[in-house]
Amino acid sequence: MCGVCGCGTESHEHHEHGHTHNHSGSKKIIEVEKDILYENNLLAERNRGYFNAKNILCLNLVSSPGSGKTTLLERTLTDLKDKYPFVVIEGDQQTTNDADRIHATGTKVTQINTGKGCHLDAHMILHALQGLKPAENSILFIENVGNLVCPAMFDLGEGERVVVMSVTEGDDKPLKYPDMFHTSHLCIINKTDLLPYVKFDLDKAIENAKKVNPNLEIITLSCTSGEGMTKWYDWLKEKSYAYNEAVMS
Amino acid sequence: MHELSLVMGIVDIAEKEATKAGLTKVEEIEVDIGKLTTVEMGAFDFAWKQGVRDSVLADAVIKINRIDAKAKCLECSAQFELQQFFDACPQCGSHFLDIINGREFRVKTLTFAD
Ligand SMILES: Nc1nc2c(ncn2[C@@H]2O[C@H](COP(=O)(O)OP(=O)(O)OP(=O)(O)O)[C@@H](O)[C@H]2O)c(=O)[nH]1
Ligand SMILES: [Mg+2]
Ligand SMILES: [Zn+2]
Repeated sequence: MCGVCGCGTESHEHHEHGHTHNHSGSKKIIEVEKDILYENNLLAERNRGYFNAKNILCLNLVSSPGSGKTTLLERTLTDLKDKYPFVVIEGDQQTTNDADRIHATGTKVTQINTGKGCHLDAHMILHALQGLKPAENSILFIENVGNLVCPAMFDLGEGERVVVMSVTEGDDKPLKYPDMFHTSHLCIINKTDLLPYVKFDLDKAIENAKKVNPNLEIITLSCTSGEGMTKWYDWLKEKSYAYNEAVMS
Repeated sequence: MHELSLVMGIVDIAEKEATKAGLTKVEEIEVDIGKLTTVEMGAFDFAWKQGVRDSVLADAVIKINRIDAKAKCLECSAQFELQQFFDACPQCGSHFLDIINGREFRVKTLTFAD
């Protein structure tokens, strides 16, 4: 039996309870049991609290590079800017190109350059918010770095995670990057205007996405032709807290 | 790769615990990593060598427990081991699952040298 805590084992390898053993002349083992992402999760909860307090709908847009996140935002902001107050945070490794595209629509935008970093984290968002100061009842879009792996583990405090894929990417994408599809609420399948030219089984893609996450909502659309965009706008309307408030009052 | 951020998260935890305990050198660290997490072990090892330099973990041996993935079916309550997120319930074929294990990512223990 362990003389210090009386836990009934000589081996300190497998204690389940969290406390410290301090044996003079031997090693000191600390049972930490702490989530490695706890710092990020803590800050994400802080962001979430801020969004709730200000009635802000925050959407975290994730995808492979080039699936059409910025194009989707450009079109949405142009079409709906008179209906909702929007703000955008752009995450890219380099350049302000995407932020410039958003700026051109007349929307308030901040660019975060992650350099070598392949994802945004809650800490970066916290600082971006200090500069942006989004108005109450606004919709905040965060365009994450184009990458389907790394951003999956990093909660930003968003209300909804939206994964964008496009028909040029292969219908097995959800199976290849299951963590991202598992943690998302909505999947947008973009570039449907290209369906006649590519080998992409839309039903199969949806089936694969539902296998990974049966609760995932799916919207198919084309940012170029505009087909299906109203489904996305309806979804936004439904989710937007501002809208909910307007309905209630 | 995000593996370096993950290693820095581990270093941060170890540094804080060391300061609290007034110790400076970790001999062994035990980490739980669930099999469903998107941690690429090759990239993790590489990031580890870079990330622990000049920290309390510089000379630490890392012991990684890969935790098997387990799920409970929300339709029929069967419990089973998952290989992938997209596995179906072996009893009823449903994909509505509550994932019980496999997404762990935590520092379990730190062993300090006196
Ligand atoms: N045909 C077609 N092309 C599209 C559509 N949506 C976007 N594109 C094109 O796809 C390319 C990439 O679009 P972006 O919006 O820059 O993609 P992104 O996801 O923001 O890319 P990153 O920020 O680099 O990850 C551009 O050339 C777009 O014009 C679509 O619906 N149909
Ligand atoms: Mg973009
Ligand atoms: Zn079942």
